[in-house]
Amino acid sequence: MIKRNKEKGIEWLFTALAFSSLVFLTGIVIVLVKEALPIFSTVSLPAFLGGESWYPTAEPPEFGIFPLIMASFWVSAGAMLICVPLGVGSALYLHELAGERQRAVLKPVIEVLASVPSIIYGFFGMVILAPFLQDRFNLPIGLCVLSTSIVLGVMATPTVASIAEDALGYVPRSFREASFALGANRWETLTRVIIPAAGSGISTAVILGMSRAIGETMTVLMVAGGAAVVPSSIFDPVRPMTAAIAAEMGEAPVGSDHYHALFAVALALFIVTFAFNIIAELISRRYRLKLGLSR
Amino acid sequence: MKKIMTILLVLGFAAPALAGQKVVVEGSTTLLPIAQKAAEEFMKTEKDADISIRGGGSGVGIASLIDGACDIGDSSRPIKQGELDRAAKRGRKIKAHIVAMDGLSSIVHPSNTVGGLTKEQLKKIYTTRAANWKEFGGPDLKIVVVSRDSAGGTFEAFGELVLNKKNVRPDAIMQASNQGVVSIVARTPGAIGYVGLGYLSASVKAISVNGVMPSRETVLRGKYPVSRPLFMYTAGEPEGMVKKFIEFVKGPEGQKLVEEEGFVSLKK
Repeated sequence: MIKRNKEKGIEWLFTALAFSSLVFLTGIVIVLVKEALPIFSTVSLPAFLGGESWYPTAEPPEFGIFPLIMASFWVSAGAMLICVPLGVGSALYLHELAGERQRAVLKPVIEVLASVPSIIYGFFGMVILAPFLQDRFNLPIGLCVLSTSIVLGVMATPTVASIAEDALGYVPRSFREASFALGANRWETLTRVIIPAAGSGISTAVILGMSRAIGETMTVLMVAGGAAVVPSSIFDPVRPMTAAIAAEMGEAPVGSDHYHALFAVALALFIVTFAFNIIAELISRRYRLKLGLSR
Repeated sequence: MKKIMTILLVLGFAAPALAGQKVVVEGSTTLLPIAQKAAEEFMKTEKDADISIRGGGSGVGIASLIDGACDIGDSSRPIKQGELDRAAKRGRKIKAHIVAMDGLSSIVHPSNTVGGLTKEQLKKIYTTRAANWKEFGGPDLKIVVVSRDSAGGTFEAFGELVLNKKNVRPDAIMQASNQGVVSIVARTPGAIGYVGLGYLSASVKAISVNGVMPSRETVLRGKYPVSRPLFMYTAGEPEGMVKKFIEFVKGPEGQKLVEEEGFVSLKK
């Protein structure tokens, strides 16, 4: 009897643990919405999202986050241009070409790259990459969209590589064998069979890499320059949403318009990354069905 | 049981007394290093004192002084009328103590030939899209404006002293610290920035404003236009440990620390 109770107890404990994430998520959403809503009595939603001036501490303050949204968009898009070829390329190499010994070295190395703290990437970007770009392209200043994209791209590469590699691994052996049996060579098998079969898994990898890039804070705070303008070229300094929140939250008086505006920025950011994750989940579900995997 | 409760209660009340008299100082990050050093030194001699220092910014410091959440509110700007009104509503009379002077020095890259600007020119560079150093007698180089992030006291002081509360141009590079401004200006030939006098170093070039170079003397004599007093505010006349601490900061030992931290001490 006691043993039975103990078992029940443990079962309950694990159920509670499993649901705790849900509690946290709900809590975060509630707090974000509650703290963000008051700002919309000061500015309208279109003026907030589309306004081009972000002067939260001026008199009167202006809360237009369009430059911040565009900044996040451009640096993430730039990062994608770097991490997708690098990440997917590494995954393909690891899966198709690398021998056992290379894999044994490369896979852990890529994973270590993922565990480097973001402030180290930021420091690298600020002290080495930005001055280098500044000299190379004769820029007024090296802290800009380009330098931020490069650093974010490198940061997101291991995420993409590791998930894409897993996706390739899920393609059943039989697919490859069937393709060879039909007389296809390795290249044809790779491009016509393996990549399409793993395609949605690879898309998931790309989308998760993107949400990693768009949510990154410390690096963009250090490397992006912080100017709240809609960038007109990749050499302009920018102020992504995360950087604005991080730089300003500490000094915004609790309960002020500025404070609520920052929560609204956070809410916008949350909605974007949440949407990315849902899309990734939907795609990967479709992919499992397509392959007849019931993992 | 009752006995235990009593003992606990007595202990509870006695503990703070044993730990000494608590003084909470909160506010300006500009004043933070001064307050911190001063508190350390002060507590070495005053064994009873228990001083805790928090940053948060000038506005936060004054707000929590009004709310009674701190004993001393540090501020790098004079208190505003609205804040005085709120304090009055709560029956508090705010008293100002100037503890040091701060000069905001405009800095450029050492290779820049411009040696000085007028306040009007500074304002023009910071608020309009003035693009080239040529316009100001310098090299043919794009101007890169570096500013402190909008939340700090230094940003506010610069805004009031130089920009007449006009907004900094949106394409200005924003840095979270004095150090950050110095390091960007030091490696960017076209950059201009502003920092506290104490952060001047050989890696950047200070320029004169209205023909006056920033220095201890010009700040103290009130000749240098971009300077400001740094305040410690108290609610009413300071008493006890609060009074002792403020007197320590304004006294010779405190003022020595002010100098060491790169600010301008009040006398000599």
